Amino acid sequence: MSLATTQSIAEIRARNKELIEEVLKVYPEKTAKRRAKHLNVHQAGKSDCGVKSNIKSIPGVMTIRGCAYAGSKGVVWGPIKDMVHISHGPVGCGQYSWGSRRNYYVGTTGVDSFVTLQFTSDFQEKDIVFGGDKKLIKVLDEIQELFPLNNGITIQSECPIGLIGDDIEAVSRSKSKEYDGKTIVPVRCEGFRGVSQSLGHHIANDAVRDWIFDKLEPDGEPKFQPTPYDVAIIGDYNIGGDAWSSRILLEEMGLRVIAQWSGDGSLAELEATPKAKLNILHCYRSMNYISRHMEEKFGIPWCEYNFFGPSKIAESLRKIAGYFDDKIKEGAERVIEKYQPLVDAVIAKYRPRLEGKTVMLYVGGLRPRHVIGAYEDLGMEVVGTGYEFGHNDDYQRTAQHYVKDSTLIYDDVNGYEFERFVEKVQPDLVGSGIKEKYVFQKMGVPFRQMHSWDYSGPYHGYDGFAIFARDMDMAVNSPIWKKTKAPWKEAAKPKLLAAE
Amino acid sequence: MAQSADHVLDHLELFRGPEYQQMLADKKMFENPRDPAEVERIKQWTKTPEYREKNFAREALAVNPAKACQPLGAVFVSVGFEGTLPFVHGSQGCVAYYRSHLSRHFKEPSSCVSSSMTEDAAVFGGLNNMIDGLANSYNMYKPKMIAVSTTCMAEVIGDDLNAFIKTSKEKGSVPAEFDVPFAHTPAFVGSHVTGYDNALKGILEHFWNGKAGTAPKLERKPNEAINIIGGFDGNTVGNLREIKRILALMGIKHTILADNSEVFDTPTDGEFLMYDGGTTLEDTANAIHAKATISMQQWCTEKTLPFVSEHGQDVVSFNYPVGVSATDDLLVALSRISGKEIPEQLARERGRLVDAIADSSAHIHGKKFAIYGDPDLCYGLAAFLLELGAEPTHVLSTNGNKAWQEKMQALFAGSPFGQACQAYPGRDLWHMRSLLFTEPVDFLIGNTHGKYLERDTGTPLIRIGFPIFDRHHHHRFPVWGYQGGLNVLVKILDKIFDEIDKKTSVLGKTDYSFDIIR
Ligand code: SF4
Ligand code: SF4
Repeated sequence: MSLATTQSIAEIRARNKELIEEVLKVYPEKTAKRRAKHLNVHQAGKSDCGVKSNIKSIPGVMTIRGCAYAGSKGVVWGPIKDMVHISHGPVGCGQYSWGSRRNYYVGTTGVDSFVTLQFTSDFQEKDIVFGGDKKLIKVLDEIQELFPLNNGITIQSECPIGLIGDDIEAVSRSKSKEYDGKTIVPVRCEGFRGVSQSLGHHIANDAVRDWIFDKLEPDGEPKFQPTPYDVAIIGDYNIGGDAWSSRILLEEMGLRVIAQWSGDGSLAELEATPKAKLNILHCYRSMNYISRHMEEKFGIPWCEYNFFGPSKIAESLRKIAGYFDDKIKEGAERVIEKYQPLVDAVIAKYRPRLEGKTVMLYVGGLRPRHVIGAYEDLGMEVVGTGYEFGHNDDYQRTAQHYVKDSTLIYDDVNGYEFERFVEKVQPDLVGSGIKEKYVFQKMGVPFRQMHSWDYSGPYHGYDGFAIFARDMDMAVNSPIWKKTKAPWKEAAKPKLLAAE
Repeated sequence: MAQSADHVLDHLELFRGPEYQQMLADKKMFENPRDPAEVERIKQWTKTPEYREKNFAREALAVNPAKACQPLGAVFVSVGFEGTLPFVHGSQGCVAYYRSHLSRHFKEPSSCVSSSMTEDAAVFGGLNNMIDGLANSYNMYKPKMIAVSTTCMAEVIGDDLNAFIKTSKEKGSVPAEFDVPFAHTPAFVGSHVTGYDNALKGILEHFWNGKAGTAPKLERKPNEAINIIGGFDGNTVGNLREIKRILALMGIKHTILADNSEVFDTPTDGEFLMYDGGTTLEDTANAIHAKATISMQQWCTEKTLPFVSEHGQDVVSFNYPVGVSATDDLLVALSRISGKEIPEQLARERGRLVDAIADSSAHIHGKKFAIYGDPDLCYGLAAFLLELGAEPTHVLSTNGNKAWQEKMQALFAGSPFGQACQAYPGRDLWHMRSLLFTEPVDFLIGNTHGKYLERDTGTPLIRIGFPIFDRHHHHRFPVWGYQGGLNVLVKILDKIFDEIDKKTSVLGKTDYSFDIIR
C-alpha cells in the first residue's frame, strides 16, 4: 500500500489515466462516452478538476446519489428542531430517512422538538387517484391538535405530489391564515426533480426565502439586542455535534452566534438571521443560495470557512476575524493559541501512526475537499476524491485550494468504478458512505463513513480534530485488517466478482 | 477545555462538560423557546387518557409508523436469487434509501440499481431509462438475472414494465433469453411485506409461466421436494440457516425460495462478493415440481401462495414460528407432507427448550408485554409469550389488517393469558406511546425505533424485528425453531434480569434484592 510514496507523480498520473481507460471499457459505447467526462486525473495549476458535474446519473449504473427530497428534508429542513416536517406522500422516504442523520439537538422530543419523529401523510391509493390535498389539510389539523407546541410546519414533497397535481401551496396559505399566521412551508422537493440531492438544497433554500424571509415584518422588533459581533453559522448540520464544537470557538473569539443553519436550529434563528453582521458558510454546496440571497437583499456579507483540522481552522478563524475589529482579531489569535497544546499533543500522538497513509474519498457537499487539510495535518495524503452532487464551483475550489497533482477525480462515481479504483490504487483508507462501507471492508480496506462520522463525531473544530485523529487511527491501524486472510490460504489478490 | 489527546472525548462525553453546557444554555435565548412550565404541562398531557383518545381519533397523520414501502421488500427478495441484481424503475433517491436501510441493519453491502428517472421521464415515461439501464447493469455487474420493481414515481405515471422490458430486449439491452422478471410495487399500497409478496410472485411467474410469453409454460411433474418461503425478516440470515439445518436433519429435499441468508452475511476475507448464495435459477424453475410450498409468514405471501397452489401444490403457511408449539406445528407439517420422521435430535432440542422454559418461567410468568412489528412477527412472538405464561397486552402492527386483527384476537381468546390482550392493526408508534402511558406494561418488544418509546415511557425495550440499527449482529441468530426459541427466551430473560439489577443497585438503599442467584 501507500503506492504514492514510492512512485513519481508521472507514474501515478500514467497509472490513473490507464485506470480510467480500463474502467470505461466495461460500458456500452454511449455510456462510456458519458462517463468519461466525469473521470479525470488532476493536473496541477488547472483552475478546475476537469470533470463535468451536476449532470443526470446514468440509469442502471448504481449511482450513490440520492434525491431532492433527501436534500431538502434530509439535509436542510429536517434538523430545524421546533418545526414539524411532514414527509408528504407514501411512507417509504420518511421511514428510511428517519433519525438516520444524527443532527444533534436538545429539546423535549415530541413536545417542543420533533427532529427524531417521522411524520408522514402515508399516502394510499385513493390519495393518488383523488389527490392528496384533503388529506394534507387533515394532517395539518391533527398536528396542531396533538403537537400544539410546534413552532411551524414544513411539507416535504415526495415524488407523487408533483405528479398528481396537488396544490400544497394553496393548502399552506389557507391553513396558515386559519392558524393566525402560523409558519407553514410547502417545499417542492419531489425526488424526481434535478439530478441529485443538490436541487433539493436549492429548493429548500428558496422555500426559506419565500415562506419565511418574505413574511418577516420588515421593521419587526428584534427579539434580542443586536451587537456588532452577531454572526450566523450556515451549512452546518450538527452531525455528531459539529456545529457545537464550531460555535464554541466562534464565541471564544468574541463573536455571538445568533443562528445555526440548520443543525440544532429553530425557526426563530432562521428569522433572526437577516440581523447578522456576517454569515459564515461551511457547506457551500447546500446553502450558498440563501447566503447569496441574504447578501443581495439584506446586505449581509458571507464567507466560506473550513473547521476540519488545525491548519484550516486557524486559517478560517483569521479569515472570519478579518471581517471584524481588532478585538475579534485578537480573539482569534487567543483561540488559536489556547488550542495549540491540544493540537500538538494530538499530532504527536497520531501522526507517527498515520504518516504517509493514503486516503480515497467520495462524499457529498463540502467534504470531498474540506477534510483534505485535516488528513494532511496528520501526515496522510488524499489520492482520490469526488463529489456525489458537486457542481463546477465545487471542483474549482477543490482544484485551486485542495488537491495535489495527479489526484484521481471521480464525479458521481458508481459502485463499479469506485471498487475498481480502490482495488487498483490500494489506499490505506477509504472515506465514503454507508452503501460503500461494507464493500470495502470486505476487500480488507479500512473504512470510515464520512457522512455520519461513522456514528462518532464531532469532527469540526479543535475538539473535533482530536476525535477525527483517533477515529482515523482506529480504522487504519485496527489489528483486524491483518487477519482477513486465513493463514492456510495463499494471499489472494483482492478481486471483484462483479468485475470478472 | 476538556478535550485531550490522551483521553479523547467524543459526543458521548464532550458535550456534558461545563463549557458546552453553558454554551447550550446561552443558545436558548435565540431559539424563542416555549415556557418550560408549558412544555411540562403538554408533556404530562400527552400521557393522559384524554390525549390517547385524540391520538386514536387520527385519520390522516401517521407518526412513527412501523412499516416501510413495497420496493424495499422487492429488493430483499430479489437478492435471494443466485446472481440477481435488483433493478428499481423510478427515481434514484429511493434506491439509495433501500440500500442504506438494508446495510444499516445487516451491516453488509446491499447492491441494487435504479433507472434514475428524472423530470423528463416524468413527462415522457421511463422507457429510455429502462433500455439504457438494463444495458448498463448487464454489462457492468454481469448478473445472472435482473429483477425489476418500481418506485412510486413509475407507478404514478403508469409505466408498463412488461412492455418496457420487451422493448429493451428488442433493442438489445440484454439478450432475449436473459431473465428479467418484474413486479409492480406501488409504495402507496400495502408495505414492504406486500412488495416481498409481489416480487416473489413476479419471479415465480416468470419462470413457471413461460417467461412473459417467450418460452413454453412449465408443466408440473410432481416430485418429493418442499419449497420454503421465509418472508421479509430481519433475522433472515439466522432463520433460513436454521430451517435448512432442520430440513437436513429430517432428510427432506427442499428449495428455499429467495434464500438471502448468504448475501446478507458474507465473510471479510479480502474479496467483495456482490452476489453470494441464493436460490439458483434452475432450482427456482424446478420449484414448480415440488410437492408443497411452505410459507413461514402468511402475510408475506398472500398472493404468492395462491399462485403456487394454482399450480397444483399443497400450500401451508405459518406465522413466524417462535417457541415450542409453533415449532411443533412446523415439524409435524413437514413430516406429514414429506413422509419423513422427525428425528430424535429435534425431539431432544425440543426437550431442551421446554427445560429452559421450565427453569426460568417464574421470572416471565404474568409479565405484561407490548409488541409491534410486521404482522407475522407479532403473531409469532405473541404466541410464544402466551406459551411462557406472559401476557402480550398490546400487539400493534402498522401493516396489519383486519384479518390479522381477527387472527390475533382468536389467539388471545384461546389462552388464559390472552384474555386482556388487544391487537391494533394499522396503528403507529405514537399510538403505542399512548397505550404504554395509559395501560403500562413491563416490557416492549420491537425494532430500533422502540428506543424512543423506551425513553419516553420507561418501558424496557427488547430488540426483535426490523430494522435494528443500534445493536449489532443479532440477525445472524435464529429466532425460529427450538433453537431460535431459546435465543428469544434468553434475550427476554437477560432484559428482565438486567432491569431487576438496575432497580436494586442503589447502594445504601436497595441492598436487598440485589441477588447473585436467580
Ligand atoms: S418515493 Fe415512493 S418508492 Fe421511493 S422511497 Fe418514497 S415511498 Fe418508497
Ligand atoms: S456534506 Fe454534509 S452537510 Fe453538506 S450535504 Fe453532505 S452530508 Fe450534507
